Formats: sequence, structure tokens, C-alpha cells
Amino acid sequence: MEHKKLTAHFLELIRRASTSLPPDVVEALRRGIENEEPDSAAASTLGLLLENSQKAKDAETPICQDTGALYFFIEYGPDYRQSQLVEAIEAATAEATARYYLRPNAVDSITGKNSGDNLGAGAPNFHFTERDENGLRVRLLLKGGGSENVCAQYKLPDGRLKAGRDLDGVRKCVVDAVFQAQGKGCSPGIMGVGVGGNRDSSYGVAKKQLLRDLGDVNADPELADLEKRLMGELNLLGIGPMGLGGKTTVIGVKAGQLHRLPACFFVSIAYLCWAARKAFMTLKEEEVAYDWD
Amino acid sequence: MIGIKLPVSADEIRKLKAGDEVSITGIMVTARDAAHKYLVETDAEDVRDLLKGSMIYHCGPVVKKGDDGKYTFVAAGPTTSIREEPYEAKVFEKYDVRAAIGKGGMGADTLAACGKFGSVYLSAIGGIATTLAQSVVEVLDVKKLEEFGVPEAFWVIRVENFPAIVTMDSHGNSLHDEILEKSRGEYDKLVG
Repeated sequence: MEHKKLTAHFLELIRRASTSLPPDVVEALRRGIENEEPDSAAASTLGLLLENSQKAKDAETPICQDTGALYFFIEYGPDYRQSQLVEAIEAATAEATARYYLRPNAVDSITGKNSGDNLGAGAPNFHFTERDENGLRVRLLLKGGGSENVCAQYKLPDGRLKAGRDLDGVRKCVVDAVFQAQGKGCSPGIMGVGVGGNRDSSYGVAKKQLLRDLGDVNADPELADLEKRLMGELNLLGIGPMGLGGKTTVIGVKAGQLHRLPACFFVSIAYLCWAARKAFMTLKEEEVAYDWD
Repeated sequence: MIGIKLPVSADEIRKLKAGDEVSITGIMVTARDAAHKYLVETDAEDVRDLLKGSMIYHCGPVVKKGDDGKYTFVAAGPTTSIREEPYEAKVFEKYDVRAAIGKGGMGADTLAACGKFGSVYLSAIGGIATTLAQSVVEVLDVKKLEEFGVPEAFWVIRVENFPAIVTMDSHGNSLHDEILEKSRGEYDKLVG
């Protein structure tokens, strides 16, 4: 596909991610309202979140002013090259910033200077996977700084938590991370949990879980049980929407695992705010399809 | 819902209690990390008068520049306030600021400063950026735009009926601490 067309598709993908909430998240927030006491502050806060999301969609303006870091997960066939995709995505990212779909969010860590167009060292983030079939599958996640700051990594065993090297130890880490975060990550959040791996791949697999549909069930029965149990337990903490109290502290727990070194057992928790902005796109020859409106 | 007009006196602010819902009208200033560092390390003559009796909004907005050169807020929800904890008490004292508006709550130093100077901490709802941008009816000025960048600059804004909740008052009460303590009971059962 020619550069101009490809750039336009990526721009549209970014616009959709920033300005509209995915249907699984909307559904989860609605369920949250049903679970809260009628007329409670928690129920009205959740209502305002949904109302704002609809306003943002209608006005084509960002749901949240922190439009986050951009994470592109791309599967590409033999008819595409990585360099071509990077070029188109960078052009689309700069254009999306100029159109106010994105806030300038890339700051030089040494000089403190904002690049102004969301481009810079490591920005955007790319995860490429090659495949045999022609075409593209692109999943975009926008993740803001508030939720990034409350992500946490643990090393098992953990004496403070009395957490051993097993799934119950993993469970305690997740409870601790959500308790420590309180409302600071913009609850109700979605927890991506990475079990095993090394320092960076553990966070990587945790973040990748955030792409999963909130309604799916983990193919691994033990992780499926862990996810279900944590959904129940975390919502007993009473932290609630924006940390102001209530029964809706998380709207999703999704766990993935990687093999680890015998000496290492890392557990990583990637906290995603309720404004879980993701958009998915499939390209085949000249045809483009988005997973939802 | 309690209406507050800016600038506001310390006496007026001392009447507020944690849990009160307020609606703010008047001129306030956004300030985040770079701005707080600047406020503490310099005398900030460019914003000093604007801050007196007013409020600081912890917000890094998405801002549109029109063809006429005028700015408007497109998306403007609160950012996480705890990052400013090392600075805020000093800022309240030095600039006579009546409130910080943000999300997630602040710590013991800020709570003590609220009591000492007659100030409060207000929570706005995180992520309702389009809704809150509509309460910002005018962008009057911007300071340090070139140096700090769009999210970190001081944006001088006129708000109308800006909604927030008092979550830390000037009488030592913090809803954030209350929720933390309540959740600790359940946490101990789950982890213990």
C-alpha cells in the first residue's frame, strides 16, 4: 500500500483510539454502575465517565488529556516491510498531534524539551511480528502516565507479603499493587499481570494482556482461575472509582506467563486506567476494517 | 453543591468540609511538575499575582491554537497530584494559594498546610477531559510555554461552574486517608 494511504489508515486508528472507548470497557463500566448502590458517589462517578466518553466520541476530542504513550502491536505479511510501517506510523502520529487527537507527550529525558509531535527515542513503541499471510493486523494501545506510574514489579519470594513462588504468591503481589495504587492510576483499572520472564519481558507480557477483550477467558485453566479470583478479591478493597470509595476498583484482570530462569520469579502488574484506549485494525490488500466503531 | 468565586478568602475556604461538592467560577492557573519546581525555586513574578487567593489546577491540557492565535482547551482533566507533594505546602505558603485541584489526593505535608494557611485539596474526576474542558470558558494567557511545553506550561484560564469534591479540608480531614485505612482492613485479610 502506498505511503499516503497507509498513513491515513494509521491516523484514523489513532483518532479512534483517543476519542472513543472500546465496547468491552463501556460494558464493564455499565456493569459497575449496576453493582454500586443507587445514587452513590461511586455510581454517579461511573456515570460521568460514560457520559464524558460519549461527549468525546461525538466531538472527536480526546477522552483524557493524557493521551498517553502509543504502543503499536503489528503483525505483518510479506507484502509489508517494517521500515515502511514505521515511516507511515511516525507521519500519522505527528499529524494526529497537529489535529489535537494527541497531546505532545514525548519529552527528552536529558534536556526536558518536549518534541512537540510525540516522536522521539522509543516513541512511539513498536512490537513487530512477522507472519506468512499477506496484509496487516494492527492493535494500538494508548496508556497514560498516571497509570504507568502505579505499575509495579515484584520478585518472589517476597518476605513482606509472605508471598512464595507459586500462583498464590502471584495473587498477593497483584492485591498489593492495587492496594498501593489506591485511586492514583484512575480506577477502576484493568490489571495486566506478567508471571515469570525477565525484568523487561515480564512487564512486556503484562502489558500485552491489556489488549485482551475484557470478556474473554484465559486458555490456561490455572490462570483463568487466578483472574476470576482476583476480580472478586480486588473489588472487596473498597477503593472504588477514582479512589473515592465503592465496589468497582477493577474491571479486568488478565494474566500471561513466560518461562523464567531457575533463580528468578518476577511478577509484573501493568495497571491500565478505566479510559482504556485501544483500537484494532486489519488491512488486506486495499481493504481496511476496524474492530468496532 | 457549594458555589465558589475566585479569588476567595481563607475564611471562606475554612467553611468547607471533606465530602462537600463545589462548583468554581473565576480565574485559576494550571501547574504541574516543572511549574511546581519553578514556583519553589524562584519568585515566579510572572504568575505571583494571579495565584494570590486563587487555585492551582494540576492539569496538562490538550490545547488548540486557532487561526486568530487564540487558545482553547480541547481536553483538560486532572493529573495525579501526589507528584507535587514535595512542593505544594511551600507553594500554598509562598503564593497564598487557596486550593490545589487534581486527582488521587496528596500527603501529610499538604494536609498540614491546608490547616495552617486556610486552603483545601479538591478532587476533579480523572479522565473526564472533554467534560471539564467545557468548563474552561476562556484561555486568558500562557506562561513558560516555550520552556516547559504544552502540558507543563502555566495556563491562565477562566472557568465557569467547574465541578470538584473537597477531599482534604483545612480541619485535618482527608477522604483519601479514610479510604486507605478502610481498604487496609480488607487488604490484610487477603494478603495476611
